[in-house]
Amino acid sequence: MVPLTHYLVLSGILFAIGTAGVFLRRNMITVLLSIEIMLNAVNLTFVAAGRQLGSVDGQIITFFVMTVAAAEAAVGLALVIALFRHRETLSPDAFTSLKW
Amino acid sequence: MTAWLVEWLRYLVTPLTVHGALIFIIFNLLVLSAAFMVWMERKVCAYIQDRLGPNRVGYAGWKQPFADVIKLLTKEELRPKAADAVLFAIAPIISAGTAFAAFSVVPFGTSTTLWGFLPEPVPLEITDVNVAVLVIFAITSMGVYGIVLAGWASNSKYSLLGGLRSSAQMISYELSYGLALAAVIMMAGSLSLREIVLSQSGYWFGFIPKWYLWPQLFGFFIYMCAGVAETNRAPFDFPEAEQELVAGYHTEYSSMSFAMFFLAEYVNMVTVSAVATSLYLGGWLGPFLPDWLDWIWFMVKVLALLFFYVWMRWTLPRYRYDQLMEFGWKWLLPAAVLNLLYTAALVLWLQG
Amino acid sequence: METAAFYIFAAIAVIASLFVVGQRNPMYSVMLLITSFGALAGLYVLLDAPFTAVTQIIIYAGAIMVLFLFVVMLLNVPREEPAPSVAAGLLGPTGLKIGAVLSGLLAIEMVWALSRLPSRYFNPDQAGQVSDVRNIGQVLFTQHAFAFEATSVLILVAMVGAVVVARKEH
Repeated sequence: MVPLTHYLVLSGILFAIGTAGVFLRRNMITVLLSIEIMLNAVNLTFVAAGRQLGSVDGQIITFFVMTVAAAEAAVGLALVIALFRHRETLSPDAFTSLKW
Repeated sequence: MTAWLVEWLRYLVTPLTVHGALIFIIFNLLVLSAAFMVWMERKVCAYIQDRLGPNRVGYAGWKQPFADVIKLLTKEELRPKAADAVLFAIAPIISAGTAFAAFSVVPFGTSTTLWGFLPEPVPLEITDVNVAVLVIFAITSMGVYGIVLAGWASNSKYSLLGGLRSSAQMISYELSYGLALAAVIMMAGSLSLREIVLSQSGYWFGFIPKWYLWPQLFGFFIYMCAGVAETNRAPFDFPEAEQELVAGYHTEYSSMSFAMFFLAEYVNMVTVSAVATSLYLGGWLGPFLPDWLDWIWFMVKVLALLFFYVWMRWTLPRYRYDQLMEFGWKWLLPAAVLNLLYTAALVLWLQG
Repeated sequence: METAAFYIFAAIAVIASLFVVGQRNPMYSVMLLITSFGALAGLYVLLDAPFTAVTQIIIYAGAIMVLFLFVVMLLNVPREEPAPSVAAGLLGPTGLKIGAVLSGLLAIEMVWALSRLPSRYFNPDQAGQVSDVRNIGQVLFTQHAFAFEATSVLILVAMVGAVVVARKEH
């Protein structure tokens, strides 16, 4: 039997990997992929906690998280396409003109 | 002597070996059914076109598919130099793998004990999860990747166009597919294919079977249209039409990889037909046969649907790509939604 | 058997995610993320949530990743400039240095904090209640009906927004 803490630790590791991806990658699509990793880690936490409490609410929240992730991925990728048309590059370092 | 042998063999029967044997048998049956489909397609196509078809290799040409396999196995395996090696290699594996995996939850008979050999009855399927219909839907939607990766990894314009068109077509028709499934799930009240088939048992007036085909005639039509478009067949096969795009996404493949795509297409056809019989035509239920021969009815119904598939391919002209997409989004999807509404009203009315 | 399955799926998920983050070809990143999602679906099955597992494959691996794949193929940026290794990250420009350090700290802190929780095992009697799809449907459409309808509006808005933003200016 696997206790709850194993699932929480795994979810923490996945979340940290996703955060590392967001900070370290110089390609906007991979940044979006790392955000998806983070959302999946959170989904795992919800389902594990829901199983622990014997309630179905964990899976329902997961359902909503997946839907919101789909919407956000669609709009994020549309933004990436629009930005790519302007500068012909996918690196976030090319879009720093608003920095002081 | 034989009694001692049977006793010794019974010692080997564990759940693991029983499941392993089932998987082995079903896998081989699927591969054989793909070979059978090759033969049937060429013979039926020939008779529709008023000629004889293959009749040299064996009695009515029944060894033709095996001759084809030997030819394909002995061909040289080519790979374009600029092709992405890893993706080029795994694309046919994904296609074939998902095609076979989708058959894992399809039941094709009641349980059998092999005439008392097995200690407890074994239901004739690989597994029965309580979300079986969704598993089939999920694995079918993973089949898109084989085509997309094949088109991209070949690094050729024809392949890329064919792959993108084919995958766009598949994901468009998945919506109507899912809505047609949802209507049947509403009527049956369960997601497990075995329970859906069992809820179609019984007769009205003694001779009309209680299949979901009768209240869902429109839904069956929608499901077959979406299924045919999902497998890139018959009137919806523009992306792999010979006259249009060389051979679409599998232009650059040869020998065994090409055979894998071919195999994947035929096994997908078998899966769509098998799911259609389970959902709409009553699965393995039939009048005259005893319990342990029920799978014969299942095979008869699946064969009827496969014949219908082949018949459609060689009779109807193919849709142009924009006509195909327009049909999928503007006609089939609203029809599927209306079918869902109608089914919901029917279920409410029947519950009183 | 179940513990072995948990460790296998967890290892696949973590290793695939590490390669997604540390790998240069975006096509390979997308395919590796799909395997990571598959491993997570396996974990959901272990947690007696088959419906969530199948929904994960249908929505995430079957739709969102196809979208990512199409965009990667459309933009056709073959490889990015070499991803900084951990050492270069620590010695590189300020943003990367802070980012690498913070991610490492996050990982260590979460593992330490979560492993100090007392071990609580799942109640096997509640497995049937949690995995029943009928139950999920009933709670979703009665208690959370408003959130469900709001999500549908959200998807419509996202669809329209994506089409408008990615449209070519003529």
